[in-house]
Amino acid sequence: MTFDLLLLALADGFSYAGLLFLVALGLTLIFGVMGIVNVAHGSFYAFGGYTAATIALWLVERQAPTFVLLGGLLVAAVVVGVILGTAVEAGLLRRVQDKDPILQLLVTFAAFMIFEDLQRLIWGAQPQTAAEIVDRLGNVELFDVTYTVYQVILIPAVAAIAYLLLRGFLRRTRIGKQIVAVTHSREVATALGINARRIGWLTFLIGAVLGALGGALAAPITSLVPGVGTDMIVLSFSVVATAGLGQITGALITALMIGVARSIAVYTMPELEVVVPYLIMVVVLLIRPSGLFTVAQARRI
Amino acid sequence: MGLRSLLGACALSMLALAGSPLALAQADKPAELKIGITTFVTGPASVFGVPGKAAAELWIEEFNAAGGINGVKLAPIYLDEGLGGDNLLSEYRRLVQEQGVKVMLASISSGNCNIIAPVAEDLKVLNILWDCSTEKVLEDRRYKYVFRTQANATTEMVATVLYLLRTKPDFKTIAVVNQDYAWGRDSWEIFRNTLLALKPDVKIVAELFPKFGAPDYSTEISRLSALKPDVILSTAWGGDLDTFVRQASQRGLIKKSTMVLPLVESSLERLGTAVPDGVIGGMRGDHYYLHPEYKDDARHKAFVQKFRAKTKAYPIYPVYHMVQALEALAAGYDKAIKANKGKWPTTEQVTDAMRGLEFRGLTRPVRIREDGQGLEDQMLGVTRTLPGQPFATLTNLTLVPASLVTTPVGQRSPEWVKTVKPDLLKSPAIKTFPDAGN
Amino acid sequence: MSPSMIRILVTLGALAMVGLGLALPWLKTPAIFVLSYGLAALGVVVMLRGGQISFGHAMYACIAGYTVAFIQRAHPETDGVVLVIAGVAAATVAGGLIGVFVVRYRAIFFGMLNLALSMVLFSLLAKLYEFSGGTDGLRISRPPLAGVTLERDGFESVLLVASVAIAMFLGWLVQRYFRSAAGEALAGVKTNEARLEYLGLSAQRVLWFGYVISAALVGMSGALFALVQGLVTPEMGYWLRSGEFVFIAILGGSVHAFGAFLGAVLFELIKLTAAAYLTGVWQMLLGITLIAVILVAPTGIAGLLRMGTRPTEAHR
Repeated sequence: MTFDLLLLALADGFSYAGLLFLVALGLTLIFGVMGIVNVAHGSFYAFGGYTAATIALWLVERQAPTFVLLGGLLVAAVVVGVILGTAVEAGLLRRVQDKDPILQLLVTFAAFMIFEDLQRLIWGAQPQTAAEIVDRLGNVELFDVTYTVYQVILIPAVAAIAYLLLRGFLRRTRIGKQIVAVTHSREVATALGINARRIGWLTFLIGAVLGALGGALAAPITSLVPGVGTDMIVLSFSVVATAGLGQITGALITALMIGVARSIAVYTMPELEVVVPYLIMVVVLLIRPSGLFTVAQARRI
Repeated sequence: MGLRSLLGACALSMLALAGSPLALAQADKPAELKIGITTFVTGPASVFGVPGKAAAELWIEEFNAAGGINGVKLAPIYLDEGLGGDNLLSEYRRLVQEQGVKVMLASISSGNCNIIAPVAEDLKVLNILWDCSTEKVLEDRRYKYVFRTQANATTEMVATVLYLLRTKPDFKTIAVVNQDYAWGRDSWEIFRNTLLALKPDVKIVAELFPKFGAPDYSTEISRLSALKPDVILSTAWGGDLDTFVRQASQRGLIKKSTMVLPLVESSLERLGTAVPDGVIGGMRGDHYYLHPEYKDDARHKAFVQKFRAKTKAYPIYPVYHMVQALEALAAGYDKAIKANKGKWPTTEQVTDAMRGLEFRGLTRPVRIREDGQGLEDQMLGVTRTLPGQPFATLTNLTLVPASLVTTPVGQRSPEWVKTVKPDLLKSPAIKTFPDAGN
Repeated sequence: MSPSMIRILVTLGALAMVGLGLALPWLKTPAIFVLSYGLAALGVVVMLRGGQISFGHAMYACIAGYTVAFIQRAHPETDGVVLVIAGVAAATVAGGLIGVFVVRYRAIFFGMLNLALSMVLFSLLAKLYEFSGGTDGLRISRPPLAGVTLERDGFESVLLVASVAIAMFLGWLVQRYFRSAAGEALAGVKTNEARLEYLGLSAQRVLWFGYVISAALVGMSGALFALVQGLVTPEMGYWLRSGEFVFIAILGGSVHAFGAFLGAVLFELIKLTAAAYLTGVWQMLLGITLIAVILVAPTGIAGLLRMGTRPTEAHR
């Protein structure tokens, strides 16, 4: 594989990784703070995408300028994240927080199933798309190959900004530090006077918004059909588990790794393209069971 | 003895004849004829399947209003192919075993047809392959109950190769991007074997098979942009083709390479201005609302108008295929009823009638061979958007008769296409319409 | 509920299933599906005993199903009994091999690794068209059963009766396993693994044994499914399918083996009712049912009916 092709694979890989990272970020944040694997995260992604497509269509009909369209995507993500996130957290998770973790996970799985049908009832089964935005932003040339600005510049940029903002938030703001504290040890944090329940709710919302943002950003470049959430959720699991649950920087690196590996596969061994993320997940988990970037945890007896 | 016993013998024999199997070969005439129709109602393929359903609803409404088959109206039940092969199979079985449906129109997806055909034969229901192309279904096995009222992959792909070589004889490299399932794989196999038989020095630079329903083709497009083939083939259809063409158009790939999209007719209206001029396109048969031979035909025109009124869109080829299948069904029943002296036929009698049946949908007539395969002529063209038009039309139309490009009965396509000779390109049976499509 | 009461219930259930199937022929196929799903859920229940939940167990159904398809493709006249045994054997061997790696993990990591492996299998089967038929899968035609070639009706009847018998036998076997030393040790992995080790037992080995049993059960479910459906697709190993097995296991309750089958019946009933009257919302109905069960009756139907023999076997 020539160097040129490698660079092209990197360009494709980065844009794919950007979306993957946003969704995985929300998932890993939620696990870190609440200890729950949120299967309904796939629904946040799907609803974010569908809502963004609807808003974009509405705005395009009113001849909105491009930055308003992009703002529309963001608004869709926030609205979906807050509404669905609160519904799941307050409506379901709070009621099962003292139960077996298996049951907590299954409750999110049940929520996912409900959302799948809800999404079909609202938006129907025909594909939805918001391709207009991509057309507006134009193209860019890289090594004689034309890329869309949206894909190689916008998506990675948004992912990078989200990452930096989140990191800054967690390290420098008061609430951010409280979130980190709760992630480390819920009991001790509560003993120090932190309202762990409120922190949990807030983190869940942030995670949900991030998941929905992934979907909203995906809307212009993909077509939304029933089942998009199902594929995305297991893919983001692979990123989160490989990186280590709760690891944010790890998720970024892993998303990049998986995105680029998949791209390279399309260029060299296209038949294996779909297997790559899961193969990486298996190999990493076999070598380092808690993920690539987890620090060792003490075992409680 | 004598005359009395002779009369008695005649009476006895007439009674015997009346009670004989000949008279018993009559099913009870049902109050209505339930037919199961599978189509894509969910998922990316639904942009293709929903118009097919609309066509069925329209046609059946008209047909029932005109009396149906000898007074028996059709009662359609729709199954969603978007649920996946095994769910479809369960639903299919349920319809047949629980609700006693004896006639099925299945399916769009070649994968589903492969699954359903042996089951239909086993359950002894008449199954019309109304849209799927895979030639393997009727070539790998001889069926009694399974028929195809349209062409198969071989007819379509060989016709496409012929058109490509007649239009652009000197290209050197080709790449393929097909959906990863039976149709995508089988259609490429036929196309490739035919192309190599007619142009052995062509170079295949990439063979990409993204999954059915893939939402994003960016990496494939990047790769093709780097490889820069002269020709890119894709037999994708429905939402997949829409996405591929849009993304290829956004990134300029569609202008750099000549695209050959045998199923693009069904996407033209939806894609609007995303399709540039010069794309070689097909319509899986001769199904075009601007068909030069039929655009002024009364029946065709009336249906196009009704369809546009109902769905606000022009009919695409799944619509034509659905009409063909239903016309074939009606014609088959008519033929069977005539052969059965006016009585309602059994399923077996209908299947006998289907063999050798000639019928007509909205365009050229179709004939079903003894192996159940339909012979449907193929038309291909090149896209051109005239100023002011909202979407592209196909011009430079060429019609290839089915008899030239269909594998003979009893032979296997992958082998037969290797025997295709270059003088086929110049066959006088191929008809061109240079000014059509305007 | 006393063991004899349970035995009566099981027998009644089996007779009802066979009776209904023979009376209403179209019910045979759904009934066999119910039994297949029940067996798979039983496999999940075995893992639940050890406190572990796997989101990838459907891969064993997939392995068994595809083994049946491959063998039939190579030797078309193979008897159905041989096919099923081969399918189960393949799933068991795979479970044994995979189990060696997987039992080192606990809780979410156990679930994740199983998920990953099942997705690798799914992706490979979906992609390798020439080998596995790709997303369209492979067809399986009716094999002779115990040397006898049967028409569709007879085949389904025999398969139904056989499935009922297999389900009853395996359910009984699993209950005996639960009450055996190995089974109790498995429960020990859930409650306090360190103490188990202090007793001199190897938690890995105990869990591995349970894992192999669960793989065999899911494999049997897959082999039966393949025979009755006549088709194997990669979807058989998709994570949603694994999720459905877990769903049924929780619905039915893990306190008694019969619970898995009760859960499967309820699951299929909801699906059929939704398909007949409320098309397009069956997933929603199932989701609501699951939430209701988790909130109101976390020990499942079997727990509600107090089928657990001792109080400590109920969930917290």
